[in-house]
Amino acid sequence: MDTETTLAPKEGITRRDVLKGLGATLGLAAYAKALAPLTEWKPAESVDEFLQKHYKELSPVDLNIVLRRLEKDTKDNHGVDVNITDVKAQSGVKFGYALNLSICIGCRKCAEACHQENNHDRPSNQSYIRVLEMSKGSIDMEKGNAHYDHPVPQPDKFYMPVQCQQCDNPPCVSVCPVEATWKEPDGIVVVDYNWCIGCRYCQAACPYHARRFNWTKPEIPAKETNPEQNYLSNRIRPQGVMEKCTFCLHRTRNGRLPACLEACPTGARVFGNLLDPKSEIRWVLENKRVFVLKEDLGTKPQFFYFFDE
Amino acid sequence: MNSSSTTTLTSKPGSSSKLDHWRAYPRFLSRVVWQAFDGNWLFYVWMILLTAVFLVGANAWAVQVRDGMGLTSMSDHVSWGLYIANFTFLVGLAAGGVMMVIPAYLYHDEEMHDVVIVGELLAVAAIIMALCFVVADLGRPDRFWHLLPGLGRFNFPLSMLTWDVIVLNGYLLINLHICGYLLYMRFLGRKPNPKWYVPMVFLSIIWAVSIHTVTAFLYCGLGGRPFWNTALLAPRFLASAFVSGPAFIILAIGILQRFLGTSFGVGPIRTLANIMRVTILINLLMVGSEVFVEFYTGGTHTSAAQYLYFGLHGKNELVPWIWSSVGMTIIAALLLLSPKVFTHGWMLTLACVLAFCGIWIEKGMGLIIPGFIPSVLHEIVEYRPSLLEWKISTGIWALGFMIYTVALKVTLNVFRKPSSQAGASPLAGR
Repeated sequence: MDTETTLAPKEGITRRDVLKGLGATLGLAAYAKALAPLTEWKPAESVDEFLQKHYKELSPVDLNIVLRRLEKDTKDNHGVDVNITDVKAQSGVKFGYALNLSICIGCRKCAEACHQENNHDRPSNQSYIRVLEMSKGSIDMEKGNAHYDHPVPQPDKFYMPVQCQQCDNPPCVSVCPVEATWKEPDGIVVVDYNWCIGCRYCQAACPYHARRFNWTKPEIPAKETNPEQNYLSNRIRPQGVMEKCTFCLHRTRNGRLPACLEACPTGARVFGNLLDPKSEIRWVLENKRVFVLKEDLGTKPQFFYFFDE
Repeated sequence: MNSSSTTTLTSKPGSSSKLDHWRAYPRFLSRVVWQAFDGNWLFYVWMILLTAVFLVGANAWAVQVRDGMGLTSMSDHVSWGLYIANFTFLVGLAAGGVMMVIPAYLYHDEEMHDVVIVGELLAVAAIIMALCFVVADLGRPDRFWHLLPGLGRFNFPLSMLTWDVIVLNGYLLINLHICGYLLYMRFLGRKPNPKWYVPMVFLSIIWAVSIHTVTAFLYCGLGGRPFWNTALLAPRFLASAFVSGPAFIILAIGILQRFLGTSFGVGPIRTLANIMRVTILINLLMVGSEVFVEFYTGGTHTSAAQYLYFGLHGKNELVPWIWSSVGMTIIAALLLLSPKVFTHGWMLTLACVLAFCGIWIEKGMGLIIPGFIPSVLHEIVEYRPSLLEWKISTGIWALGFMIYTVALKVTLNVFRKPSSQAGASPLAGR
């Protein structure tokens, strides 16, 4: 009715129509130009990566294809030959970690070993371990300092390395909207780097600053890369996803010790199977004065701190 | 069923069989698209300006996706920033848009019916902006499909973010349905059948509360972040939403009246200002109550509030921000309390602008950033958005204004002419 006649286009091509056509063309060109950087984006080139299923939904055959593809991608993007495996959790094992605050000297060798073992980004000097220098007389972290730069140990200080606490009630896992992070049967909280959407909700939820985000594509010189890699742990992470400490599951599930423990010069770190009554960690938990960080939050950490008598 | 038989009487050409809709609906859609690209010189200037700003933002986003989010100022310490701040505010704006609906339908305020759609369309535009801000914040937007129920792995009901995906998209669909149905009926020249939209209107009222509550739960459920971990967060979100929403609608109506000569009458504006008078005071009361608990109790949990309001250990990036927000909100509240606000137009406009900006700071950067400062290990790493973040954020706002402009233009053009002839209010379908 009335609306239609007033709004309908006039017949024939008017000057207005020509201008509109010109405007539309220029507009489309501007859109194409503005979004052009997307075409230079690496993942945009790989259909296989885009369509890859969640880790838990991959059949052994699919998984093998994925691992080989990731090895090839690493060669293409980082120029290094690597061997990516997928070690599964062993039954009857639940990993726990304990750290002796009486003898830790704050040398940060553990953080450095983590940096190398787990193929962290070199420019940001990333590591899953943060060592806090604390004043004696308080375990209030507000009085701690992670940026000390002087000889250690200082006489009036003690040192508290903090890494993923592998909580039994992990808030990071509950909040993930896509189940890209979960707790493995042996107690390790892992991330599927190829499923994470990078919303960083887990980073907001974690009370221990255990999670790291890949703000850029990690850079590691080929000769510094650790070529023995694992899907759920130390393979070179893609840009834009979360990562975290995995208790070096590629080592520990094969009967070795975490890199941070091997690097510790004072023997402050104790690692083992919590389900084995004869393990050293069980002895520590039963005989030392043990505490966990932020116990009041109910996260049930499986990382314990203790003092010597 | 018998909806078609009642509407046949008022519909214009012949029968109203289902087949008719197959032809009429595409015609309706093409009319809407035509409306979006046609107008006077003012419309073109405005839309070209918005497109230019939007494209700068789109380009910045494409660069961010390619080179990584290291181009933002966010870090492992402050892992959410300007994007999530805007997201939070916009969810509130969307919820506040429904403030028009409550008086109109709950209290049968007939005069409000004409302007209801101004609020509903605001809700639509704000939700689309909010969703864009979430996408801008994702490290891997290409994996967006992992969030789709059925296709990906949807961590429902454990993750509050999945709840947010449901309520935000649901709210968008509900409001699109209401607006789309009313417009389509108007296009057909029929009287809208209440059965097809009034239940949805009531649903949208409840749903509006849910979107902001769920968004508050995203933050207040995190035990490790004491600044957010307060039961007052959701009520505070709602109170401030019901300030910013009406404020924006009053301004939008003012602009429409000035530039397009559309008259909505003084009644709706008076109602909205009265709503703001109450909600702005409730909001201030709740802020004051939180500030009291924080500072009177003291202790480590206060350090985030300390940082926000007074600075901590010499770091005080947010202090000027939050005090300008407090100042703006208080001045707006005082202006609104004055009876002169209804006779002096500038006072109401100023109050709305101040309230809107004040809430944008408070429910944006003022809420998100202190959650991360000090960090969970009590380190103080500050955050100031990078130019790239400002570009992307401004671009998304420009997109929202484009959507809102086009939506209003379509609505007013479809509505105005027939309603002035028929005299019947197009939305008074009851």
